[in-house]
Amino acid sequence: MKVLQISNLPHAFFHGLKDGSSIALGYMPAAVTFGFIAQTAYLSAWETIMMSILVFAGAAQYMALSLVAAGTGALEIIFTTFIVNLRHFLMSASLNEKAEPDHPLKKAGYAFGITDEIFAVTSMNKGEVSSAYIYGVFLISYISWVMFSGVGHSVGELLPSMLQQSLTFALYALFISLLVPSLKKHRKILVLAATAAVLNSLFVQIMADGWAVILATLLSAAGVEGIEPKQPLHNKPEQKESR
Amino acid sequence: MSEEMIYLIIGMALVTYIPRMLPLVFFNAKKIPPRLEGILQNVPYAALGALIFPGALLIHDNVLFGLTGIGAAFLFSFFGGSMIVVVLGSVVVLTVLTPLF
Repeated sequence: MKVLQISNLPHAFFHGLKDGSSIALGYMPAAVTFGFIAQTAYLSAWETIMMSILVFAGAAQYMALSLVAAGTGALEIIFTTFIVNLRHFLMSASLNEKAEPDHPLKKAGYAFGITDEIFAVTSMNKGEVSSAYIYGVFLISYISWVMFSGVGHSVGELLPSMLQQSLTFALYALFISLLVPSLKKHRKILVLAATAAVLNSLFVQIMADGWAVILATLLSAAGVEGIEPKQPLHNKPEQKESR
Repeated sequence: MSEEMIYLIIGMALVTYIPRMLPLVFFNAKKIPPRLEGILQNVPYAALGALIFPGALLIHDNVLFGLTGIGAAFLFSFFGGSMIVVVLGSVVVLTVLTPLF
């Protein structure tokens, strides 16, 4: 019996597409929600789609919208984005231990796609993870995110104006939906969120909103780590729809 | 597209991409100090807390509007609602109750 020599590269790529399809499905409502909220924050369709194409970071994109809506300056939003996405540095470092050694340019390419979910799926594989596989997972998830951001924006434009008042709450509902599933799992997460909430409520009295968020976040993250470091969270945050 | 929005998006793209890229391109089995790793893992949850409060309470003159929304979103989410269910459900609840505020 002849053993079929399957060319490894396309095989791994299609395997990646298959594994990535569940992320793509999960990104669909998240991206629609993003586009829909972007429209309520007065971003144009192009601005919305460009943000999804160039940034590809769900939670940070939602946060940027809330700051844009609050009239926060670009520098503060960019710095918030940096702080919020810094965790991907850890994920890339961790994935780097398992990834197939490859040309730096190929790795630099898929590095763009290291979101929470893509990191989780690719790093769950046994043994070495091939670049083609990571590209497969990345590509299908990325297409879903960008496409449905646009869909969400057009859906938002069709909504009647009587919904406008309650729609201002949509963003907060989204943050709550990201937080609550994790709250149920770790007491530490409740402490982290509550500490930052209290600190931020104090800081907004004396400084610009964007900086208040950054300072409250860093103080809570570092302070809680100082008090109870022996309770490690998973290497992947439980924000199921966040990138 | 407004000029400021272009700068904003490009800036966000750079600060998101660079931390994702650096370890994969430049690291050789490098270990991050565990304390720093712990802090960075805490960041997303702390950020969510700060982004919800006090903003959610201040979107309407009546603080009960935000409280009602928080309660509705919490319940939808607690009982397993997906993200879109939580968002649309809370918006519907608030729309129905808006005359009360």
